[in-house]
Amino acid sequence: MNQIPFIPIALIILVLPLIGFFFTLLFGKKIKQMYLFETGIITTALGLSIYMAFMKLMYYANEKIVSELTWIDLGSTKAFGKISVDLGMMIDNVTVLMLFVVCLISTLVHLFSIEYMKGDKRYNRYFSYLGIFTFSMLGIVFTHNMLMMYIFWELVGLSSYLLIGFWFEKKSASDASKKAFVVNRVGDFGMLAGILILFANYHTFTFDKVFAQISQGVLPFNSEFWLTAMGILLFCGAIGKSAQFPLHVWLPDAMEGPTPVSALIHAATMVAAGVYLTVRIFPLLTGDALLFIATIGAISSFIPATIALTQNDIKKVLAYSTISQLGYMVMALGVGAYAYGFFHLVTHAFFKAGLFLGSGSVIHAMHHEQDIRQMGGLKKKLPITYTTFLIFSLAISGIPLTSGFLSKDGILASAYAFGNLTGYKIFAISGFLVALMTAFYMFRLLILTFHGEPRNEEKYHHAHESPALMTMPLVLLAILSIFAFYTINPLSAQTGWVLKDWLKTPASVVPEHARYSFMVQKHDEKPEAAVKHEEAVAEKPAAESEHTIIHSEEYTEALHHAHYPAMFLSLAVAGLGILFAFIMYFWRKINADKLADSVKPLYKFSLNKWYFDEFYDFAFVNGTLLLSRFLAWFDSTIVDGIVNGSAVVTRQLSKLSGLFDTYVVDGLVNLSATLSGLLGIFTRKFQTGKVQTYIIMVVFSLVALLFILMNYGI
Amino acid sequence: MTDMSTLSTFLTHIGLGHFLFISGMLFSLGIYGVVTRKNAVMVLMGIELILNSANINFVAFARYGNYGFHGQLAALFVIILAAAESAIALAIVLNIYKTFNNVNVDEIDKLRE
Amino acid sequence: MNHAPLLSLITFLPVIGMIIVLLLPKGMEKAMKITTLTVTFLQIVIAGVIWSGFNYSLGGINDPNSFQFIEKFRWIELTGVAWLNTIKIDYFIGIDGISAPMLMLTALISFIAALSSWNINKAVKGYHAMYLLLVTGMMGVFVSLDFFLFYIFWEVMLLPMYFLIGIWGGPRKEYAAIKFFIYTLFGSVFMLLVMIGLYLSCQETLAAGQKVFTFNILSMMDPKNYTATGILSPLNPHNLRFIAYIGLFAGFAIKIPMFPFHTWLPDAHVEAPTPISVILAGVLLKMGTYGILRFNYPIFPEITRQVIWWIAAFGMINIIYGALCAMAQKDFKKLIAYSSVSHMGFVLLGMASLNTIGITGAIFQMFNHGTITAMLFLIVGVIYDRAHTRGIYEFGGLATQMPIYTGFVTIAFFGAIGLPGISGFISESFVFLGGFGFEPIRLLTILSTIGILLGAGYMLWTLQRVYLGPLNEKWNQLQDLDGREYAMLIPLTIIVLILGIYPSFMLGLMNTSVNALVDFMAKSPQLFSSIGM
Repeated sequence: MNQIPFIPIALIILVLPLIGFFFTLLFGKKIKQMYLFETGIITTALGLSIYMAFMKLMYYANEKIVSELTWIDLGSTKAFGKISVDLGMMIDNVTVLMLFVVCLISTLVHLFSIEYMKGDKRYNRYFSYLGIFTFSMLGIVFTHNMLMMYIFWELVGLSSYLLIGFWFEKKSASDASKKAFVVNRVGDFGMLAGILILFANYHTFTFDKVFAQISQGVLPFNSEFWLTAMGILLFCGAIGKSAQFPLHVWLPDAMEGPTPVSALIHAATMVAAGVYLTVRIFPLLTGDALLFIATIGAISSFIPATIALTQNDIKKVLAYSTISQLGYMVMALGVGAYAYGFFHLVTHAFFKAGLFLGSGSVIHAMHHEQDIRQMGGLKKKLPITYTTFLIFSLAISGIPLTSGFLSKDGILASAYAFGNLTGYKIFAISGFLVALMTAFYMFRLLILTFHGEPRNEEKYHHAHESPALMTMPLVLLAILSIFAFYTINPLSAQTGWVLKDWLKTPASVVPEHARYSFMVQKHDEKPEAAVKHEEAVAEKPAAESEHTIIHSEEYTEALHHAHYPAMFLSLAVAGLGILFAFIMYFWRKINADKLADSVKPLYKFSLNKWYFDEFYDFAFVNGTLLLSRFLAWFDSTIVDGIVNGSAVVTRQLSKLSGLFDTYVVDGLVNLSATLSGLLGIFTRKFQTGKVQTYIIMVVFSLVALLFILMNYGI
Repeated sequence: MTDMSTLSTFLTHIGLGHFLFISGMLFSLGIYGVVTRKNAVMVLMGIELILNSANINFVAFARYGNYGFHGQLAALFVIILAAAESAIALAIVLNIYKTFNNVNVDEIDKLRE
Repeated sequence: MNHAPLLSLITFLPVIGMIIVLLLPKGMEKAMKITTLTVTFLQIVIAGVIWSGFNYSLGGINDPNSFQFIEKFRWIELTGVAWLNTIKIDYFIGIDGISAPMLMLTALISFIAALSSWNINKAVKGYHAMYLLLVTGMMGVFVSLDFFLFYIFWEVMLLPMYFLIGIWGGPRKEYAAIKFFIYTLFGSVFMLLVMIGLYLSCQETLAAGQKVFTFNILSMMDPKNYTATGILSPLNPHNLRFIAYIGLFAGFAIKIPMFPFHTWLPDAHVEAPTPISVILAGVLLKMGTYGILRFNYPIFPEITRQVIWWIAAFGMINIIYGALCAMAQKDFKKLIAYSSVSHMGFVLLGMASLNTIGITGAIFQMFNHGTITAMLFLIVGVIYDRAHTRGIYEFGGLATQMPIYTGFVTIAFFGAIGLPGISGFISESFVFLGGFGFEPIRLLTILSTIGILLGAGYMLWTLQRVYLGPLNEKWNQLQDLDGREYAMLIPLTIIVLILGIYPSFMLGLMNTSVNALVDFMAKSPQLFSSIGM
């Protein structure tokens, strides 16, 4: 059916970064130029991925290419049947889009890092870590089953750990890396539970096979409740990895890592993996699960936005903004706007990576100063950085002609329509509020950094525009933040090729009454995607269900109606936010400090990040440590105490029995000895040794004998 | 009167009782000598008395007990034995004297140890 | 027997080595070390030969015909003994897919620990003689198919261990050695009683048609072989099989060690010299779980069914309790010891699932724990050799000073956490998948998954305290790994990585047997209990 060897190419793309990792790690010490090898490898992967994405989207946009092989075969038993674990790859439109995003940003970050990390003593090691990250991330992208998802999920966790803690000599960095890993594990704990439910019921990890079984009415433990629960539990992984409320606390700390790493991992790709996971499991999510996801998304977009308003560390602002934007994506998926959610992932990846790299450029220029209160007026010194940063800020604020506008507007419109259809208007309200705050804090950041007078003359004096290797990625990303790459209509993405041809909401497989009411079934549609197997597979994969489930006309109409109100509203709030930022920080009509003073409790609450860290430290970290100390005490005192106690008791008993032995048992023996001794002493008295005494005795004895005999005897 | 008649019979008719009486006396004197004397030679003499009391018994019982000459024979043996014994005993006493420089039997209580 | 007696060779080769070591004159310490190394290396070679000749399609478990490398001959035979009539004890050894991985593990760990013993210079002769005897005991335990023989090897291994801890150990070595010895002996007593009980309940038909009591454990797995009145016979309505099960289980549980019998382990580990810690964690602990799988499960299948929830519950307690205790430790070695308690909990949980995936996970976890924990103890040994302290808080920033060493540390630590790509992940996730698939222990499995969270917590915290952060200037003289340490760590690293990526190397070895065991456990409880009724 297709002549393009997609699977081999995908395998090569997947393995290339791993090779880069190994060789750079092993020879990095000896050969100083290993970083070039690694960068070259990633660039090759990028080239291949562009080719693959292009061919797939242009010629095979409606196909899904699956290939799998048996990894572990556990044979079969009479009681449980055949058990095997498969690995496999799946290539569809979402895959190749994500692949392109990951490879592109990874390559740009590699290039950027060549200058940014110059002079670091573990220069090559840094590049090898980037390699293993890219490998793990690509694994997530290509997977067609939940187990592989989990495997690579953990591996990106590892690479994130290694990269956040890259400067491990700093305690804050090693703390942050540990925190990131452990907090992610909390999410993975839920995800693992979800996987357990999945496997226990379907005996496979493969998405398509699970979907097929669900659509045939096989529910986990025969209940819809468990289907919802399974969806939510799987989503828990996304809560951790995408830093959603309540597990968002690790991401701001993760900014301890090198800034390019923040751009790659903690803005564009790894944190988006949560969204990607949700996209992958989207068909099995019930209405309740989606509502839960939307709620989490809304909360996660709102809280960090309020925190970002008051932060003064350039990277912290961006970190909170990232959480907030990820919340947007998650909320979009939750309200059923699958395509917009993923679309926002793509656009966000470009402009947020750009923002981070831009901030990296600023930090580089300012000699590792991250506090925006020390900056200002950098516009003249860093013209390219400034221009691109402005474009990214406009994109994230949702100003027309940018990519951000397209995706964000779509999400807001979907939330708006969702509110109209189901009555849950809160998502739209929160969405618009967040848009307002986003515009405000982004321009606050921009103005404080690049406009006005320099607040730290000395650092300003030394600042200079970054070298071309660093500005080039910025320019490239800025270009990608322009609408024209996604649609020809700058006001709506719907007619653009990304949404019209490439991203299609997959069929929901959950029972009809468990879905949102607007996700109904249409019976006369053709299957959306045909499944093709390139390699021999033991079992026939699940055929797509015959009828495709798409949004009802009612929903299409609601979306249509929501489009313009939502667009105007979002433009209005974005404009308002930018205006406020200018009033407060550019024209200084309102004194920001005074305003902060007048709402001091709120300001402090926001500045201290809603006290999440303090609360978690108090409730969970200290709780666990206390429990562990108590148990260690319990172990060494009580459990071991019983053991040692029994030893003591045994010893005492043995002493007792020893005493008994000495004084009673042996005492008797000695007593008889003593007695006979005494008797001896007594009788000894008769043994005078004098013959005459003996004779007297003999005679008297004889007389006595005779006497006795005569009286009693014969 | 029975006492009188018994006494007169005792005084008039010499019989077994007299011999036994003499023998008993001799025996007692012998014992006394053996027990009380400190000198070993005197002890030996006591022993001779005891032996002779036995001889009297032998002979007396032989005469009155209708045993033929068995008693006399035994007495002869005893006499010979006594002679031999005295010879050995005196030799021992001499040796004791040589060893302990003393023949006082009280002092010689080595047997006790 | 138309094959070379490979199992006897691998088992008794160390005894030959021991004799050589004992015959060597006093000054030749190096020759003694080389002897040990050679013997253990030869064991690896033999293990390799066994592996290459191993037939993957034979199940074993209760079928004497599908055991492999069998050697069986009459060892002790006494006729006309009072009411017993004939006493016969066989020398009966053989392996199946459950013992084969343990055999490989023992050969491997023995060699690594022998390498690690190189720098022990106190009473070298005695040490190596004891060490080789210990290896024989361990091998013997895993190959015996006769209860009597098994018991002998079990006790043979105990004695050298006592001296190895008690003479070459740390400051509180006497305490630790005695605790270890008495604890294990306490368990052995129960085992002995159950062994005799089973012997007097189970009969084997000789070729002549004569029936004699037997110690053959394979005969004990068939309810038809039991006498009508035997005290542990299922045919006897008043049998004491339940009590016997608990007794036997307790004997093995002490070795695992299962909460609340685990407290000998931290003491023994902390005091034992590094190679002995490696052996202890790498092989000895496995004997407990192996014993349960080899004895408790097939000999008492109906009771296993009854108590399965409790086995899983103790597994869960081990996992969580061990992890929490580990978190609070300040001594590096003690922390690893408690992490062992936690990891052995996974084995118990997996065994309790009674399905292929769970039991596979459990056996594979036994192997992986052997390799990964051996690495961890070697790692502790490396810094203890250099710094002469194990206090976690006394270090810091070692990654700067010893980067290559820290690389190995990272692999071992993440292996212990259960990171994919390292073998521990496969076994732990299999345990969870299996446990969750078995209805009665589903909730316990979910609770146990908290263990992986706690595991990440204490392992990473330790990694941070010892290796990350600013370098403690006290340690700026420490050298990175030397050649011998490379030789110990690299093979283990390669093994854990290969098995992490392609676990089928090991899983294939055990698969048929696991399935046989699962089938046996599924059908035989009915057999055993229906006869009893």
